[in-house]
Amino acid sequence: MSSAMILIDYDNGSIAKSVGELATFASRVGEVTAVLFADEYQVLVDHLKAFPISKVIVVTGCNLNENTAGPIAKELSHLVSELEPSALLISSTAKGKEIAARVAVRTQSGIITDAIELSAELVATQSVFGGSTVVHSKVKHGTSIITLRPNSVEASQAGGPAELVVREAAASVGKETITSRTPTVSGGRPELSEASIIVSGGRGTNGDFSQVEALADVLGAAVGASRAATDAGWYPHSHQVGQTGKTVSPQLYVACGISGAIQHRAGMQTSKTIVAINKDPDAPIFELADFGVVGDLFSVLPQAVAGINSKKSS
Amino acid sequence: MKIAICVKQVPDSWAEKKMAGGLLDRDSVDAVLNDLDEYAVEEALRIVEAHSQDGANPITTTVISMGPERATDALRKALSMGVDEAILITDPALQGSDALATSAVLAKVISTEGFDLVFCGTESTDARMSVIPAMLAERLEYAQLTFAGVVTLDVASSTVSIDRMTDAGTEKIQAPLPAVVGVIEKINEPRYPSFKGIMAAKKKTIHSKSLSDYGINSAVVGSAGAWSSVEDALAMPARGAGIKVVDEGNGGNALVEFLAEKRIV
Repeated sequence: MSSAMILIDYDNGSIAKSVGELATFASRVGEVTAVLFADEYQVLVDHLKAFPISKVIVVTGCNLNENTAGPIAKELSHLVSELEPSALLISSTAKGKEIAARVAVRTQSGIITDAIELSAELVATQSVFGGSTVVHSKVKHGTSIITLRPNSVEASQAGGPAELVVREAAASVGKETITSRTPTVSGGRPELSEASIIVSGGRGTNGDFSQVEALADVLGAAVGASRAATDAGWYPHSHQVGQTGKTVSPQLYVACGISGAIQHRAGMQTSKTIVAINKDPDAPIFELADFGVVGDLFSVLPQAVAGINSKKSS
Repeated sequence: MKIAICVKQVPDSWAEKKMAGGLLDRDSVDAVLNDLDEYAVEEALRIVEAHSQDGANPITTTVISMGPERATDALRKALSMGVDEAILITDPALQGSDALATSAVLAKVISTEGFDLVFCGTESTDARMSVIPAMLAERLEYAQLTFAGVVTLDVASSTVSIDRMTDAGTEKIQAPLPAVVGVIEKINEPRYPSFKGIMAAKKKTIHSKSLSDYGINSAVVGSAGAWSSVEDALAMPARGAGIKVVDEGNGGNALVEFLAEKRIV
């Protein structure tokens, strides 16, 4: 009987959005067992009942957020070896991929990262090379360890029993010591990798992102930036979209003052709808855009914001 | 103290990448030193410079790569930046290796040659998996200090401390050597090789090694040894160009109309 194991991400007493997505993919494969590394687990476990999860294994004494990847991977590997799921699904976060990587080594399993689709037969789909190529792959050895990109599937609303089993970690101490932790405080805007609309600024902003932010706010969007903008220090690196930044695929991507060279395109060209505003009529971004405005973003954006606001109030 | 920097030669990120027979087609594009590995090389060089007063404990740097013969170009770039020497593990059997095989090969080299501190970039711009540093730490039983935006080495106490910076937040983490340190783009500004550096690099050694030099069985690497495989790959059709208007005082309004048609506003 096929089964799939998923790793639960959480912070500050709430489970991550990715949990529903992982449970949905996992339920295609078979019975879903969720693994939660937490000590204060009751509230979190209650939330897990909203998803197609059959069983929840809580591991105490090895808190997900207070330990490094090493000890977590060691415990998770014990569970994988014991329960032999067909697949282990983890969200493609920085830590998630490291845990997945270490479990792959420990359990002698193949690993596929950043999948955007997963079939019942464990065929993983990846969008690679900046979205120009779609690849279907399978793991051929051991447990199929797959990390999934956030926002790749609509989370199933089907609830499950989430039968609880609690066990204690086999006292493994990591080689690393976390001496302090400052979690990211979520600002007013959506998280870049989860946002359905993104408004990005590039060289054309000349350092002034105020109009980009104004449009983002009126659309309830996240703000992104090109490498040129982040390298110039105009916006934090964490907002960079592109080859060496984040890869996003929102419903709408608005590129403001961004030329659209491969460096940036690689991070956003699979967006459902692309809009571009640029002074240069020959900017490569226009080859990608469903709608392009050749003009100064400092004229176009304020007019657009005013227009959207008046539609909202009418 | 011996510092290693693991680097990869990848297709130029400005070039279009294609698949050929289930693998990335590396031959038909220009190849460069992976962008993000430059930050790792730079950080290693800065650490050496920061400790240059300590004559009793000299620090050497070695850049290591697993790749085809032409990867020597990428290694030569690192040598031009100031790295002391290079090791290239090259063998036709390595083609098509997955991350597990790559990490196994690199780990064997690192443990055989005895490096105390291993620097890596966060990911390669071709595969973008971001798993090698963690796999190396697991295989070598070294401390894993990754996504570092700041790195400090304390030679006296043999410890490394980092500021780990990810979407989840910032953590200060420290560990005793030996350690694998993965660095992010934010950490530094890689130096351009100087003319002097380029000339000096010509005299530096690139040790070319095969699998048998490290006692690695060719059956566990390459496409044959891979634990995952590609079933098929499809090139996506290029996006067609859409509507383009020129702003003559109504560009913003035209944009709003478009968004309204798409039911976004």
